[in-house]
Amino acid sequence: MAPFFGNDQKLPHGRLVLLSYLAVGMALVLLFGFWKLQVIQGEHFADLAEKNRIRSIPIIAPRGPMLDREGRVLVDSYPSFSILLLRDDPKLLEKNLAQVEEGLGISDSDLKQELDTAKFEPKFQPVIIKPEATQADIAFVESHRADIPVLELMMVQRRRYQHDGFFASASGYVGEVTPQQLENSNGRYRPGDIVGKAGLEREYNDTLEGTDGMRRVIVNSVGKMMRTLDDVEAVPGKPIQLTIDSDLQSIAEADLAGREGAVVAMDPRNGDILAMVSRPTYDPNDFTVRIDPKKWQELNTDPETPMLNRAIQAQLAPGSVFKIVTATAMLESKAIPQNMTVFCPGYGTFYGRVFKCWVFGKSSHGVVDLHKAIIQSCDIFFYTVGMRLGIDRLAYYANGLGIGHKTGVDLPGEESGLMPSEEWTQRVFHRRWYPGETISVAIGQGAVTTTPIQLARMIAGVASGGAFVQPHLLKNFTNVHIDHFPLSEDTIQQVTDGMYGVVNEGGTAAHVRLENVEFSGKSGTAQVIGYDTRSRLGKEKEFKDNAWFVGYAPRRNPEVVVAVLVQSGGHGAEAAAPIARDIVKAYYDKKTGTFQQQVTTENRQTPEPQKPTEPLKPVEASVGAVHP
Amino acid sequence: MKDRTHIHDFDWALLAIVFAICAMGMLEIYSSTHNSAMAGMHWRQAIWIGLGVLGMLAISRLDYHTLLDQAPVLYLMGVVALLAVLAIGHSRFGAKRWVSLGGGVNLQVSEIMKLVIIVVLARFFSEVRTDRLTLADLVRVAGITGLPVLLVLVQPDLGTAMVLIPAAVIGAFLAGIEWKHGAVAAAVLALMIPVGWHMRHHLKPYQQQRIETFLHPEDSPRGAGYQILQSEIAVGSGGFWGKGFGKGSQNQLGFVPVRYSDFILAAMAEELGFVGVMVALLLYLGLLLRLIDNAQKAKDRAGMFLVMGVAAILGFHVLVNAAMVIGYMPVTGIPLPFMSYGGSSTVFLFLALGLVMNVRMRRFVN
Repeated sequence: MAPFFGNDQKLPHGRLVLLSYLAVGMALVLLFGFWKLQVIQGEHFADLAEKNRIRSIPIIAPRGPMLDREGRVLVDSYPSFSILLLRDDPKLLEKNLAQVEEGLGISDSDLKQELDTAKFEPKFQPVIIKPEATQADIAFVESHRADIPVLELMMVQRRRYQHDGFFASASGYVGEVTPQQLENSNGRYRPGDIVGKAGLEREYNDTLEGTDGMRRVIVNSVGKMMRTLDDVEAVPGKPIQLTIDSDLQSIAEADLAGREGAVVAMDPRNGDILAMVSRPTYDPNDFTVRIDPKKWQELNTDPETPMLNRAIQAQLAPGSVFKIVTATAMLESKAIPQNMTVFCPGYGTFYGRVFKCWVFGKSSHGVVDLHKAIIQSCDIFFYTVGMRLGIDRLAYYANGLGIGHKTGVDLPGEESGLMPSEEWTQRVFHRRWYPGETISVAIGQGAVTTTPIQLARMIAGVASGGAFVQPHLLKNFTNVHIDHFPLSEDTIQQVTDGMYGVVNEGGTAAHVRLENVEFSGKSGTAQVIGYDTRSRLGKEKEFKDNAWFVGYAPRRNPEVVVAVLVQSGGHGAEAAAPIARDIVKAYYDKKTGTFQQQVTTENRQTPEPQKPTEPLKPVEASVGAVHP
Repeated sequence: MKDRTHIHDFDWALLAIVFAICAMGMLEIYSSTHNSAMAGMHWRQAIWIGLGVLGMLAISRLDYHTLLDQAPVLYLMGVVALLAVLAIGHSRFGAKRWVSLGGGVNLQVSEIMKLVIIVVLARFFSEVRTDRLTLADLVRVAGITGLPVLLVLVQPDLGTAMVLIPAAVIGAFLAGIEWKHGAVAAAVLALMIPVGWHMRHHLKPYQQQRIETFLHPEDSPRGAGYQILQSEIAVGSGGFWGKGFGKGSQNQLGFVPVRYSDFILAAMAEELGFVGVMVALLLYLGLLLRLIDNAQKAKDRAGMFLVMGVAAILGFHVLVNAAMVIGYMPVTGIPLPFMSYGGSSTVFLFLALGLVMNVRMRRFVN
C-alpha cells in the first residue's frame, strides 16, 4: 500500500453534511416543480393532453334529395372523398409540399394559390386541395400517413344531378360558401361548406341542408387515427317533394333540346308547376366539385346565356299572346262595343303611320270581329282596339292580369317584365307617351315585356275566370296566394271561345288539335326588332322572331297550362305550339292511363349510388345516353 | 496483509434502492414500448442491468488503491479513446459518440470517461496533503477536467461534457477550496454562460435549437419547443394520482419524446402521477444520502473522493434530467440513472457503484 494513502487523513465531515443538505434541497426543488405542474396546473395540462389526442372530424350531412310529384329522384347526393392539407405546422408543411404536389398531381402554383387564399383562416383549419379524390389519390394518402402527415382524407357528400342539364335551370346548383356568406352566417358555416347557390337549391337551402355531425377520434403524435371515441351523427337534410312531373319534364326537355327558349307547365287550379325547362342550360354537376374558372367564365359570357332561367327571367315581348290582354280590356272596359268589326286589308293607318298586319303581302283578313281576330290573330283589329282604349286603360287591365308583376314563384331571381304606361314613360324617360306606341303595345310589341311563367299564369287566370294563382315548385307549398281580378262571365266566355278556336276552328294553331281534349291557346310571334330595321340590316337569321305559344285544356277552368317560348323560332304556332301540345297530350294520357313512358325518361333515372372509392364515375359513366 | 472483504460488507441498502429504481425503470420502459415496434425493450434493459451487476462485482473485488495507482494510465487511455472516437467513431443523431465493438455493440466512450475522471480526480485530491486547495491545484484540476470536457464537447455532446464538471466541483469543495477561489471559479463558470451564448453560432444547429427551445418553448409547438411542451403536458396531465400504469395518452400515443429513455420520468409522471414521481425522487435522494454516508465512512480521503465523485455525477444526472422533464432546463440528452433505457449508461452506473462497494468493503481494512 502506497504510504500517502494513510487513514490518518481527516475527512471533511462538515462539508459532507452540507452536501447532504444540498441533496435534500435539490430533491425539494424538483418535487416543487412536479407539484406545480401536476397538482397546481394539473387540470390545464390534462386539458392540453386531451386536445392533443382528440381530433374532431366533421361528418358532412348529406343534402336532402329533390323528388318529383310521384317521388322519383330528380337530384340526390352520394358520398365521395376530399383531400385536406393540414396547415397547423408551417415547417412540416413546407417540407412536405413537393411530395404532395408530385403524389397528387397538383401544380406548385395552384397549391401555393390555395394556401394563399386561406392564409387568413385559422391555422388549424385545413385546406381542401383535392375536392374529388380518385382511388389512386386515396391510396397515396393512406400509404404516406407516416411520412406526409399533412394530408388527411375527409368524406364528403357530393350533389348529383341528372345529366345533360335535365331540370338544371330550376334545380339550380350548389357550391362552396362565399366569404361574404361565411361572414353573415354567424358561425353556421365553415369555409368549404357547400350551400345552394341558385334555383331550388338556394330557395330551399335551409330544408335541404342537414346538420353536420362530428366524429371525435384519438390520434397519435403523428396524427394517425387510433380509434374512434364517439360520433355525433350528422342529421341529413330533408328531402323536398316537388310539383314537377318527371314525365312531362322529360317531354319538355326533349322538345326544347338544341333550341333556345323555355317551357313552363302548370296546374292553374293550385299553382303546381309540372315542368320547367330553360335551354340552353348548364350542367350543375360541374359546380358540385369546384368549377373550373375558365368554364365559369364561359358560362357567364356565353351570348346564349345558359345561366339564365328563361322560364322566369327572360323578359321579352309577348307578341300576339298579349292580344288576350287587349281583348279582355276591350270587353271589360266596355269602352268599345262588343260587336265591333274592323276591315283588315293587310295593313292599317293609325296616327298617320302605316301598320302592317302579319298576313301583309300574303293575304288579308277581311271583315274581322273579336272572335275571328283572336283565332286569326288579326293585328289590324287589335291596333284599333288599342287606339280606342288608350295606354292607361290597357295598362290597368294588363296589371290586373299580372303583366309586369312577379308571379311569386318559389325561385330566386324572378323578373317582373314590364307593362308601360304614361306614368312610366314620364318617370323613366321624362317624356310624354306617344299615342302611336299604344298601337304596338296592343299586339304585344313595343315596350311591353313578359316572362314565360307570367304568360302561363295570365292565360290560365283568364280561362279560370279571373283567379291568378301563385305558381310554385314545392309540393306542400302553404298559403298559395291567389290574385282575384273579377271578370264578367261574358268576357271569359268570349275570350276562351276565341282561344278554343285558335286550335279547334281553323285558327293559327289548328295543326296542334287534340282528339278528346279541349286544347286551347294563343300563339305569338314577337319581333325582336322592327321589320324595317331588320331589312335595313339584312341579317335575317340573327333577328328571327321569337315564337310563343300558351296552350291549356280544357277550354274553361283549365287543369293544365303550358307556356312555350322558342327564341328565334319564327312563327309561334309552328315552333312553339307543338311543344305545348305534346305536354298537354301527355298530361291527359297519364290521366287516362294511356301514357307511354319515353325511353329517355328511363335513361335519365339517376344511376345507382357509387361506392365512395369511385367518386368521379357517376356523371361520366352515363353521358351520351340522353337523346337518342 | 490479507484482504478481509466479505460479501456481507456489501451495501445491501444501497443496492436495494438501486434495484427499486431499476424496477421502476423497467416497468415504465415496458409501458412505453409494449405497444410499439420496440416491444420487449425492458428485457434488453434487464440484460444491461445484469451485465452491470457483473461489472460491479468485478470492480468491487479489485482494491481501489490499485485503480488509483493506475490513474495516469487510465486517464491517458481515456483521452486517446476520446480522440479515437472523433477520428473513427460513427455518427448517430448528428454527433460522433460511438465506437463499434463488433457484433453490433456500440460503446459510448464518454461513459467510460466519467469513470476515469472520477478515479483521476480522487487520486489528485487525495494527494493534496493539506485541507487547503491552492490556486495552482485548482488550475490543475481545471486542466485535468477541461481536456476531456473539451473532447466530449466537440463530438458534440454538451450533456456528457457538462456531467464531468460536477465531479471536479464537488471534489474541489471537499478538498478544501478557499472561499475566494470558489467564488472566482463560480464567477468564471457563470461567465461562461454569456460567453457560450455569444459562441452559440458555433454550435450545431440542433444545439442552437435546443437552447432556443428552452428560452421560448411555445414559439412553434411542432418544431423546437415541441419536446419540452409535450413533456410538460405529460407530467402535468398526470395529476396527483396519475392516469394509471399503461394508460397515459401522452406516453402511449407517442407525444412524449424518447419516452423510454431521456423522458422516462415524464412518462412515469403521467401514468403514476405526483405520487409516483415522489417515490422515484425520494429513492434518488435516499441513494445520494446513502452515498454520502458511505463517503463519511470511507477509510481514507481517496475512498471518500471516489464515492463523492460517483455521487456528484449521479446527482447531476438526476437534477438535470428531472429539471429538463419539467421544463426547468434545456434538452441535453442526459439520461435518468438506472431508469432510462441505455446500455452504456447502465453499465457505467453499475461500474461506478462497484467503486462505491469497493470503498465500503475496505473501510475496516488496515
